[in-house]
Amino acid sequence: MQYLIEIVSPHLPILPLLLPLVAGMVVLLVANKGITWQRTISLVATLSLFVMAVASFTFSLEGSIQIYALGNWQAPFGIVMVLDQLSALMLVLVALLAVTALWFAIRQNIDSQGAHFHPLFQVQLFGLNGAFLTGDLFNLFVFFEVLLLASYGLLLHGGGRHKTKAGLHYVVLNLIGSTLFLFAVGTLYGILGTLNIADMGQRITQLAIEDQGVVAVAGLMLLLVFGLKAAMFPLYLWLPHAYSHTTAPVAALFAIMTKVGLYAIIRVHGTLFGEQAGELAGIHTPWVLGLGLITLIMAAMGALAAKFLRQQIAYLVLASVATLLIASALPGVESLAALLFYLIHSTFIAAGFFLLAYFILQGRGQKTDQLVRAYSMPNAILIGSFFVFAAVAISGLPPLSGFFGKLLILSSALEHPLFFGILAVVLISGLLMIIALAKSGSQIFYHILKKEADHSIRHCNTHDGTCQLSLAGIGSVVILFSISVWLVVFAHPTHKTLNSVAQQTLDRTQYQQQVLNFTPIANSRKELVE
Amino acid sequence: MEGLIALMIGVMTTAGVFLTLRGRTFPVVLGLTLLAYAVNVFLFAMGRLQTGAPAVIREGVTQYADPLPQALVLTAIVIAFGMTAFLIVLALKARSEMGNDHVDGTHQPIDEISKKQSYHSKH
Repeated sequence: MQYLIEIVSPHLPILPLLLPLVAGMVVLLVANKGITWQRTISLVATLSLFVMAVASFTFSLEGSIQIYALGNWQAPFGIVMVLDQLSALMLVLVALLAVTALWFAIRQNIDSQGAHFHPLFQVQLFGLNGAFLTGDLFNLFVFFEVLLLASYGLLLHGGGRHKTKAGLHYVVLNLIGSTLFLFAVGTLYGILGTLNIADMGQRITQLAIEDQGVVAVAGLMLLLVFGLKAAMFPLYLWLPHAYSHTTAPVAALFAIMTKVGLYAIIRVHGTLFGEQAGELAGIHTPWVLGLGLITLIMAAMGALAAKFLRQQIAYLVLASVATLLIASALPGVESLAALLFYLIHSTFIAAGFFLLAYFILQGRGQKTDQLVRAYSMPNAILIGSFFVFAAVAISGLPPLSGFFGKLLILSSALEHPLFFGILAVVLISGLLMIIALAKSGSQIFYHILKKEADHSIRHCNTHDGTCQLSLAGIGSVVILFSISVWLVVFAHPTHKTLNSVAQQTLDRTQYQQQVLNFTPIANSRKELVE
Repeated sequence: MEGLIALMIGVMTTAGVFLTLRGRTFPVVLGLTLLAYAVNVFLFAMGRLQTGAPAVIREGVTQYADPLPQALVLTAIVIAFGMTAFLIVLALKARSEMGNDHVDGTHQPIDEISKKQSYHSKH
């Protein structure tokens, strides 16, 4: 066992990339053997990915940053994969989300609605893991493209007018974003002469005066790109339509997609425009803070105005990512730890809520999940209890993790000059979200029409009037929601761990030193060749 | 020469942005293609423009061109190629499902078959 660990551990930064890629290829090869083969391989691969991610996280908690030099080329000339605590934490989030979403898709037969769900799913995981692990800016662009292309396929999976309409906007906007990304990366390379994120951070400190304006422009253009991914105002307009019309497991997986943009802001802008950047230190923070506040207000109003439940959940996802943007603009270890706590909470709760909305959709027959009066759905008490749980968690009410997350974020903002503005916006939008969820909850579960069997619901046994809702895959919802409980019960150890993650992330000098001083493996077989 | 290249990148970007903001899918595809041209020339120009300098090591040459932006351009072209292919098929699918080629998909269908389909299908 020890021997196995010794063999595997130097390669831990690259294994979360290789595993889903190879699994995706294998699943594609066995595609004509039927869906069961695809499901088995995909599920085994995703479970192993989860085990690997947890192992990476425990490894990284021991303190050192693990570097993997692709092609054995030293940074900054080669591309490096960097496994530090923040990357490992994001890997764990992705893996757990993937397992639950995949289980739900398999149990509810959503993966057989179109072709190639599983290869697309695995390639999506490959792109996500790569984006979290890379230490090179152009490599980040490539992994962004991989995860975007897989997400287009997953979004449109299953077909239908609404998915196509939502998908077209999503695709065009992201292609424009990719073009902007290339402009920004090109400018940064032209001025700084390197693509490695750590090296760029170092070279910005020694920048000449006349180049500072150009680098500032490129940095803000990069903020536009990451803001498009992270759904920052005014670049969030694709999100409600896209997330509300796609299938449930895909929407659940997309809960982590906005967090990729946020992670990129923390990693790239944090390293390039951190405190040691001199004149350019923190040029992105006022923008992120202001636009995050506006996004939060717009999201709360959108949740109030939503016409169907999935649209409301999409706006709530937007609100959670807006809160995270606000938290990322606050300086200090405390606010980053609070951000990570709220990030874990919001990812899992949003994903679970999307899966729950699928059950509600199935149970309400013709009225689907529109926020209008309809007949009572089967298993209303069970689904309704889950709904109340999700509503309390996502709107930030005690005793669930949303409350603690918001409390941590607000308490870390105490020293900020704009504290009262931030407090007002966060609390008022929280109130609006509570009102919105109370309204939709009562529409779906309380204000029901006269009690008689609704014959348009599936699995309806019309002889004795009872209706059954297929509860396959409810285990995924339970697991996702139990994370929230876990975050509350184990809040103190979690917060301590996240504090250490935040501390390592903000220690830019350690990051730069470890990446740039990494020596490649010496060529021990040179004597044999000569 | 730098001025000419910069002007060219500017013109292509302008045309690309104008076309991307159009209301029909095919001009949008063309606009994104023009934007891709502009950004590729821009990336190439980031390696500093010089004539007659090779990018690969050769005997007796002291002045080299920067090979990294050229590699970046190749990567960007390949990625854009895949994305454009996907986008074109998506635009065709949108045309066949909505009955029109408007980017919002909200306008009325323009041919008889699609009109009948959209009349009979629920929202």
